Amino acid sequence: MSHYTGIRGAAWFRALTSGVAPLPGDPKSVLTADLPLGEGSARFLCVVPNPEARFPCARHGEVGLEEAYTLATRVREVLEQDKNSVKRPIVAIVDVKSQAYGRREETAAIFLAAAAAADAYGSARLAGHPVISLVVGHALSGGFLTHGYQANRILAFDDDGVMVHAMHKEAAARITRRSVEDLETLGKTIAPLSYNINEFAKLGLLHKLLHVNNPEHPSDEETGKVRAELLAAIDDARRGPRDLRVRLESPGALKTRQASLRVRALMESQWQEGPGPVRRD
Amino acid sequence: MSALRHEPAFVDRQSFIELGARERALTLFDEGTTRELAGPFDRIESPWLPLQGVTPQADDGCVVIKGTIGGRSTVVVALEGAFQGGSLGEVSGAKMTAALDLACLDAEKGQPTAAVLLLETGGVRLQEANLGLAAIAEIMASILTLRTHAPVITVIGGTVGCFGGMSLAAGLSSYIVMTREARLGLNGPEVIEQESGVDEFDSSDRALIWAINGGEQRHAMGLADALVDDDVQQITTAVRQFIVMGVPATHRSSQVALYRERIQALDATQQVSPQTLRETWGHSDGTGSTA
Repeated sequence: MSHYTGIRGAAWFRALTSGVAPLPGDPKSVLTADLPLGEGSARFLCVVPNPEARFPCARHGEVGLEEAYTLATRVREVLEQDKNSVKRPIVAIVDVKSQAYGRREETAAIFLAAAAAADAYGSARLAGHPVISLVVGHALSGGFLTHGYQANRILAFDDDGVMVHAMHKEAAARITRRSVEDLETLGKTIAPLSYNINEFAKLGLLHKLLHVNNPEHPSDEETGKVRAELLAAIDDARRGPRDLRVRLESPGALKTRQASLRVRALMESQWQEGPGPVRRD
Repeated sequence: MSALRHEPAFVDRQSFIELGARERALTLFDEGTTRELAGPFDRIESPWLPLQGVTPQADDGCVVIKGTIGGRSTVVVALEGAFQGGSLGEVSGAKMTAALDLACLDAEKGQPTAAVLLLETGGVRLQEANLGLAAIAEIMASILTLRTHAPVITVIGGTVGCFGGMSLAAGLSSYIVMTREARLGLNGPEVIEQESGVDEFDSSDRALIWAINGGEQRHAMGLADALVDDDVQQITTAVRQFIVMGVPATHRSSQVALYRERIQALDATQQVSPQTLRETWGHSDGTGSTA
């Protein structure tokens, strides 16, 4: 399944940016382009596999050190350029296998690289840039935290090739001491465990599910449709709050994330009370 | 009051590592100022664990305590490494996010509240998978918002360490305090061995793990702001100091050009030597959060 990672990302980047050349100077694994979208322009970003990447554990569509810092640089560039003007939308096209699992990466602190990319996306959102995540393939784990999960609005295709998850099936099964079959069965009744995007949608984290007939070969018509959905999401983001509260206020979250809502309500009511009895042993 | 002492200094010191999450949090505060929020008697447990035959815990392994540290309003969020490896589930994640957001509201009202995160965690709780990952994304967003108003201080005491998605939360913090027993990294050694093979990372090689992820290394390469002994007093002093220092001029995770150049300068054809990174990243301008 994972050998598909990256094909969709590259295909949708090409389609949505009408085949313009990505901005030069970056590693081949990060594609960036500025394109007219609606009345203004938008910055599109995508991480794709680069078999020649300098770092061997980041050659199959993983987000590694170079990918994370390149994303951070390209997003911060928009922040800087639009400091005194209309805040350009930023569209993260997501089809990432995961973070890069390598010793070089750990030694050189990939945690900080990933944080730097998330920092850039989050800071852009807080500065008023509509940040839209378009999940066209895999959005796994640290890869998604680095590239896409700080967005104001998340759109995803609704077919079997799309997956948002904390860890790929085999590893998740191993760590929770289950068989892959057991994990799949549990996923049918426990929405957060599911690898199916329609079940994920029940968590209320997505802005919208989109359907395209051929997600690996975008047609002109479907590209136009997705572009219109992006514009609608951008418009919605501009009118909404800059934080992520929509993810907890959505109809899906009101059903599925009741425990989160209880925690927040309780802590809000307890926050301002005076000090209680000291508990020291 | 004898002048003769034969015991080494560590005999007198109070270990931080040996304390549970609640006790760790309490030791940091000014006496008589603490109050636990969404505590175990409020009984908000994970709704997902019992469905899978896993016993939940009344505080979901996350302790939130508000009070003052050095006279300043502070909220401490401590993860309990002994419960599900300190992993983030829906409830523990929501507690941390709410604490950060409420601290931010205080700041907007003109009464800044600092946040201290005691991170002992492997990251996402896989029994709550996507809600854990979503919670970490929200924690990260809330850190980003709060840290412009008040410092967010991550303390990694050990020995679980701070791994997975929560290492990004640590990376976004204003300051990081570590002990020598603590580790910080995105992928744990076992995960790398499993995904990329034993030649890439031998997870049984303890010396290698500490050379890469250990507190001493992270501090020497400028990625942790204080290296402390496993000593309550030292940790409390460091936390107080960073609360007083307040919001840094530039956060480490925003220094993109600096770190991007450092990555570009690495020879990726071979493994990167931890010692080299101490020499090239450490000391000069990488030792603190202030640029």
